[in-house]
Amino acid sequence: MDIIKAKELHKTFKLKHGQEVNNNGVIANEIEVLSGFDLNIKKNEFLVLVGPSGSGKSVFLDLVGGLSTPTSGVVYLDGKPVEAPSAKTGYVFQQYALFPWRTALSNIEFGLESRGVDKEERVKVARELLSLFGLSDFEDRFPYQLSGGMQQRVAIARALATKPEVLLMDEPFAALDAQTREILQNELIRIWEGTNTTVIFVTHSIDEAVFLADRVAVVTARPGRIKEIIDIDLPRPRNGDVRSSIEFAANRHKVWGALKAEVNKAQQDWKLAPVFAE
Amino acid sequence: MSEELVAPSEIALKIRSWNFDGYVKKVEHLLKGLNNWAQGIPLVLVFFAIWEALPRLGIIDPLFLPAFSTTIKTLFDLTVTGKLLLHVVVSLQRVSLGFGLAIIVAVPLGFLMGWYNKFERYTDLLVQSLRNISTFALLPIFLLVLGLGEPSKIAIIFYGASWQLLMNTMSGVKSVDPIYIKAAKSMGLSDWDLFRKVILPASIPSIIIGARLGAKIALMVVIAAEMIGAKSGLGFFIQNAQFNFMVPEMYAGILALALLGLLINYLLVWFEKKTTSWKGEAGNSILG
Repeated sequence: MDIIKAKELHKTFKLKHGQEVNNNGVIANEIEVLSGFDLNIKKNEFLVLVGPSGSGKSVFLDLVGGLSTPTSGVVYLDGKPVEAPSAKTGYVFQQYALFPWRTALSNIEFGLESRGVDKEERVKVARELLSLFGLSDFEDRFPYQLSGGMQQRVAIARALATKPEVLLMDEPFAALDAQTREILQNELIRIWEGTNTTVIFVTHSIDEAVFLADRVAVVTARPGRIKEIIDIDLPRPRNGDVRSSIEFAANRHKVWGALKAEVNKAQQDWKLAPVFAE
Repeated sequence: MSEELVAPSEIALKIRSWNFDGYVKKVEHLLKGLNNWAQGIPLVLVFFAIWEALPRLGIIDPLFLPAFSTTIKTLFDLTVTGKLLLHVVVSLQRVSLGFGLAIIVAVPLGFLMGWYNKFERYTDLLVQSLRNISTFALLPIFLLVLGLGEPSKIAIIFYGASWQLLMNTMSGVKSVDPIYIKAAKSMGLSDWDLFRKVILPASIPSIIIGARLGAKIALMVVIAAEMIGAKSGLGFFIQNAQFNFMVPEMYAGILALALLGLLINYLLVWFEKKTTSWKGEAGNSILG
């Protein structure tokens, strides 16, 4: 059963006055990020989006999360069009985005507060999540007292606290060092396998994509649409050992095969418009 | 990052011992702070020694600069007899009234200006023009319009203290990291909750710095205002002592003013550390 259906999504951003961009030879004051983006995501699925920089992967997450509206097209979540942020989605960002004036525990409580959950219940849920991430001894710590990996764990716990049906993760591990990153990937898999949450995960790392995903959706260079969807046929439950298997390498090769041409295209694109290279 | 690789049970052990060490660390930190502070004492002593020496050696007429010991004795007498206290209390009352009004008016206004671009566009030119006039230059106008009584003094303190509060609240709101707003919105926060739970706490550090600078200005302005038209207050006391050629009293008043300023500054620094402890050590620099 599909929990998310994205149909014919288009998203165009107006640029600032005087800024221009070359869209296949047409000079314009606006930039088209998504064009004809179709994607169906199954319930409980772990779907990873890979694609070159600027291909609109994060924009798609914003559309699913209701933080932005498409120029045309619709995203259906549980059969209803997404128009505003809802309790059904949780969002995890690359920059953690923990509130620095709140402790780890109170950060996790945040989403529950605005839903009117009472204090006792909030603390209970938050403590459970902290213990799930092995952070029970850190509940009174402020973000500045936590390492990057711990902060991102708290941020994931915060997003999970409201029991969302869909967890949106925008390059959540990109700012972490390689070891911490692998540890967190393992933890995420472990925790996700224990819930029935659907995850949409954006990354630039093919290894990360193959290790985590049920399916990897490869997005084209800007304007983004789905180029190919690759089923990752690695058995679950997965652990770190799978990374060194032949099957892993084969899947990795498949994803890279689909992605390579798009990355090259994107690089050509940035050469034409160096102003936007970032 | 090394703790990432430590097993959870080991982490737990580590934390328990940290918590014990926490108190020791706190005391150590306090002593270190005191030590840093104490390093400033010798220069102050040198200053007092020169002050003592100049009149005693006859380099400066003691009539114009009484020795430090004389001044201290006068300050002590004035304090014991309670003569000075009345004036200090009056000045502090004026400062707290004016400063309190400034907080009530300038902070909400700063939020409006910081959050609504349109509101800022309409008000910016006027605000920038007014805030760049020296408050002291406007003192005669306040006296002309509001008379010699309390209102004019409180109004000028309010006016002087408001600008820093306004500017800092505004910049505090503007510099809230958009990722916090995005995170809050993704959790479906209403506009009011967004303000209350994100914008407000995120701009507190900037507002507190504004309050510290504003309180300093309030203290300066009250003295000037009391020197022009008042029958009480520390400014009046200093001015009056000068007019009546009570030179030691005048110096004692100035010394009391310095002590008061120092005390208020330390109080505000303490308050700032208290309220923004979540920023950690790095966030608590001691600004002017």
